[in-house]
Amino acid sequence: MSQPPAKRVRPLSPNIQIYRPQLTSVLSIANRITGIFLSACAVFLVFWLVAAARGPQAYARFDALIGSWPGQLVLLAATFAFFLHLCGGIRHLVWDTVRGFELRQIYASGWLLIAASVVLTLASWVASLVIAGQG
Amino acid sequence: MTKTHEMIITSSDQVPQRPALKRFPIPRNFGVTPESRIERGRAWPAPQGATRTKTFEIYRYDPDSGKNPRLDKFEVDLDGCGPMVLDALIWIKNNVDSTLTFRRSCREGICGSCAMNMDGTNWLACTRYIDETENIARIYPLANMRVIKDLVPDLTHVLAQYETIEPWLQTTTPAPDRERLQAPEDREKLDGYYECILCFCCTSGCPSHWWNGDRFLGPAVLLQAWRWLTDSRDEATGRRLDGLEDPFRLYRCHTILNCTRTCPKGLNPGKAIAEIKKMIADRQS
Repeated sequence: MSQPPAKRVRPLSPNIQIYRPQLTSVLSIANRITGIFLSACAVFLVFWLVAAARGPQAYARFDALIGSWPGQLVLLAATFAFFLHLCGGIRHLVWDTVRGFELRQIYASGWLLIAASVVLTLASWVASLVIAGQG
Repeated sequence: MTKTHEMIITSSDQVPQRPALKRFPIPRNFGVTPESRIERGRAWPAPQGATRTKTFEIYRYDPDSGKNPRLDKFEVDLDGCGPMVLDALIWIKNNVDSTLTFRRSCREGICGSCAMNMDGTNWLACTRYIDETENIARIYPLANMRVIKDLVPDLTHVLAQYETIEPWLQTTTPAPDRERLQAPEDREKLDGYYECILCFCCTSGCPSHWWNGDRFLGPAVLLQAWRWLTDSRDEATGRRLDGLEDPFRLYRCHTILNCTRTCPKGLNPGKAIAEIKKMIADRQS
């Protein structure tokens, strides 16, 4: 005979292992992940400033790193993360005033958040490339 | 009750027809303790002579067996059973395996007993059409609950949390000779909150309650808290807010809003919690 039922811990029904990802939960976890990622990027930003302070050679090395294609990819990701986190923050500010809680509004603002982040990322890259081209 | 292709969900009863992701891309046993690991169960034989069958994959747990939970596969004869998921469960219990255990009572979405996780979201089995489930319907107990048997979750903890908000009318003024009156516009403030049937679909679907459920009260209980805070007849508002103003009890809500997405009564726990947060902010200023 196995352990008497009273002494055995009841199993916990699965949660994240089975729960369907929805726009609500996906954007919430995306806000967390971009926040963590941006914190790491902030450290990287300090390296950039340190490189600038150390002189032209150090700066050129950093510049080469950022200019390589993996560097550019991280920079693109950072730009997108920045805008997603920013727009997500604004969405939370609106929620704090108890507005936008109808399901239709939750979904509309969610998709708007994604669209705005893509557009703002592209716009800032196009703008910076144009400025770089002029410089 | 519609299957939908819409990107904008306007009501919680909409079931996405082709969801991009059925589950988060993490290992099946991610963070699962040994006694909760789900094992492969048995496949029950298809009914004889049935022309229209559907497969149900159902979480089973028998506390007397000493074994881990398992997933059993059942073939249900759709011509012999009613249109709802609850009908399919009853059909299985009557025709295939009488030990299949689940709670049910009203079969019309007012008692909240048959709340469970179907195809990855929480809803009432009696108000979800079999047609709306996937080809192989996946039936689990409410997410993140200790399981008593099969689809019966242990609600002791969430009900204890409900008790902590003292869900009854509290007054300090002497009792009047008749009922405490309420203006129609004050009564309207309870609309969308008094209808809660305490099925705990929302609390069980809240990731924040998954990780911090020991101290975070969860959406169902907080919606009930707001129901008493906003009641014009209740005179314990200040004390109620004192009890809620806590980094965990209230503020572990990060406005994920899975609660509002899943409420089978179409209520808005997310909004109720935002109202509480605002009420606390307002009283500080």
